[in-house]
Amino acid sequence: MFDAVQQSALRDAVPIDIAPNDPLVAYLESAAGAVELAALDLESPALEELRSSGITLVVPLVSNGELIGLLHVGRRRSDQDYSADDRRLLETLAAQAAPAVRVGQLVREQQIEIQARGRLEQELAVAQLIQQNFLPKELPQLAGWQVAAYYGPARTVGGDFYDFIELPDGRYGLVVGDVTDKGIPAAMVMAATRSVLRASAQRLQEPGVVLARVNDSLCPDIPENMFVTCFYGVLDPATGHLRYANAGHNLPLVRSGSESSELRATGMPLGLMPGMNYEERETTIAPDATVLLYSDGLVEAHDPEREMFGTARAVEVLAADREAEPLIGDLLGALEHFGAGHQEQEDDITLVVIQRREAASSALADFKLDSAPGNEREAMRRVGAALDSSGLTPARLERLQTAVAEATMNAMEHGNGYAADRPVRVIVSATELEVVVQIVDHGGDHEIRAAATPDIEAKLAGLQSPRGWGLFLIEKMVDRVDQRTAGSLHTVELAMRLKGGDDATDDA
Amino acid sequence: MQPTTLEATARAVADGAVIELRGEIDGLARDALASAYDAAAGPGSLLLDFSQVDYINSTGIALIVGLLARARSDQRPVSARGLTEHYREIFEITRLSDFMTILAG
Repeated sequence: MFDAVQQSALRDAVPIDIAPNDPLVAYLESAAGAVELAALDLESPALEELRSSGITLVVPLVSNGELIGLLHVGRRRSDQDYSADDRRLLETLAAQAAPAVRVGQLVREQQIEIQARGRLEQELAVAQLIQQNFLPKELPQLAGWQVAAYYGPARTVGGDFYDFIELPDGRYGLVVGDVTDKGIPAAMVMAATRSVLRASAQRLQEPGVVLARVNDSLCPDIPENMFVTCFYGVLDPATGHLRYANAGHNLPLVRSGSESSELRATGMPLGLMPGMNYEERETTIAPDATVLLYSDGLVEAHDPEREMFGTARAVEVLAADREAEPLIGDLLGALEHFGAGHQEQEDDITLVVIQRREAASSALADFKLDSAPGNEREAMRRVGAALDSSGLTPARLERLQTAVAEATMNAMEHGNGYAADRPVRVIVSATELEVVVQIVDHGGDHEIRAAATPDIEAKLAGLQSPRGWGLFLIEKMVDRVDQRTAGSLHTVELAMRLKGGDDATDDA
Repeated sequence: MQPTTLEATARAVADGAVIELRGEIDGLARDALASAYDAAAGPGSLLLDFSQVDYINSTGIALIVGLLARARSDQRPVSARGLTEHYREIFEITRLSDFMTILAG
C-alpha cells in the first residue's frame, strides 16, 4: 500500500492508487533517485494516470529499503525542466520525509489495529461477563459428598457452562454444557439454555424429559449453525442414585475402586431440531467413587504435535484417587505437562468433580433379641432410646419405630421361625444424613417376597386374607427400605433422613 | 412371655354399643377382640374407643379389618375415637378410615 504524497502545487489533486503489481512499483523500488515520467516506457496503468494528472517527476520515498510512497511533482511554473539542483533538493527532501512518513503510516496502522482489537476485547469482556454471571457463585454443600468445579475461559471465550440445581427432596441437578461458537452470541445462548434448564428441572422429574423440553424451547430462537451439548443428571445425595440424560455432550467419567466407566446415554445436541427424545439411564454412585464432568476443552486440547489430550489421560489422572479439589489441580497439571500449555488455550475448559465420600457413621446401639412374640416392643423401645437425641422429630421417630416393630416381627417369624437359638440382631446408627436401623435375621436362604399392596375392599369382602400389612406399613413409614442377603443372614435396612425429609414425608 | 395384651370391654349405649380397648392390639388380641364384639351384639352402631391403646401392629390391623368385616355383614356402622395422631395416620394409609368414622379425641 502506498501513500501518494502530492505536491501542494497540484490543486484539486486526487489520490492515485497504485496496484502493488504495477510494473511502476518494481521500477521505482530499484530507482536510485528522482525519475522523469516522460522518459519511462512501461505498460503501467499507474504511469498513465500520473502523467494524465500532470505529474512529470516522481521521487521514491524509501525507508529501510522499502518503497513506502512517492513524492510527485508537476511541471515547473516556469515550464522549464527540473535542474540537477532541483532534483538533488527533491531527493534530499524525499530522504528526510521518508522516515517521518513511515512513522505516520505505522501510527495510523496501529490506531486502526487498536480500534479493531478494542472492539474485540470489549466484546470478549462482555462475553466473559455474561459467562461468569451465569456460572454458580458457590458449590453445593452436600453431606457425604465433595464437589469441586473449575471454569477456565479461552481468550476468545467459548460457551461452556455448568450448574448445580437444588431440587425438592434434597436432590440435585448436575449440568455441564457447551455452546458451539464463541463470544457474545455463544454466551447469550448459554444464558438462555441455563435459564430454561433451571425452570424445567424444577417442574419435571426425568432428566430426559427436561432435556427434551429445553431442546424444544431453544429450537425456534437459536442462531443458525449454533447448538448446545449438555449433560443433565439428577443426583440423590442420600443414596448416590443418579438418573441422567445427555444431549451429545462429552460422556462423564466415573472412577470407582479400580474400575473406570463412562455415563453413556444417547441424544442429539440441543437446538438442532425440535421433538427429540433423550435416552435416560441410571446408576448408583458407589461410596468413594468419583465422577468427572468436563467439556471438550479438556480432552480435545492439543500438544504442539497436534495430538489430543483424550479421555485416556483423564482416566489416568482419576486413577490416582485424589480428593475433588486437588484432582482438578492434577487434571490441569496433566494438561500443562501434556504440552497444551505451550500454546494459547484453544477452548474453554470446564471441570466438575463429584465425589462420594461415605459419611462417617456413628453406631448408636447394637443388640440381640430372642425370637419370641411380643419382643418387637422391646426393639421399638430400645431403638427409641438410642435415637432420643438424634434430631428426628417425635412423629418421625414413631413412624420409624412402627417400621422397626414390623421388620422385627418379620425377622422373628419368617426369618428365624421363632427358633430359640436364632436371635434377631438390631443395629442403630446415624450419619450426617440419616438414621439407619438394620434388622438382621437368619432367613438368608429364603426368598424375599415382593410386597403386594393390600386391598382393604378385597379383605373386607373376604377375597383377600385380612393380613399382609407388614411390608406395606414398613414402606409407608420410612424414607428408605433396603434388603440384602449375605450367606444365611438377611438384613432389612430402614432409614429416615435427618434433613429435608420432614416436610416431604409428614405430609404424605 | 405371653402376657394378655388387650382388654376389651363392651357396653351398650343408646344407639348401639361401645367397645373400650386397653393395651396392645397385636396377634394376641384376637380372642379379646372377638369376644368383645360378641358381647356388643345387637343392632345399632359400634364405637371403638382406642384412647387406652398404645400399640397397634400389622396383625392388629388385620384383626380390626376382620372386625370391620363382621360389622359390615351385620350392617352395623363403625366409628373410632381416641386414636393418637400416629395411628390415625396409619388408619388413613391403610384406608381403614374409609370404612369407619374417625372421631376426634
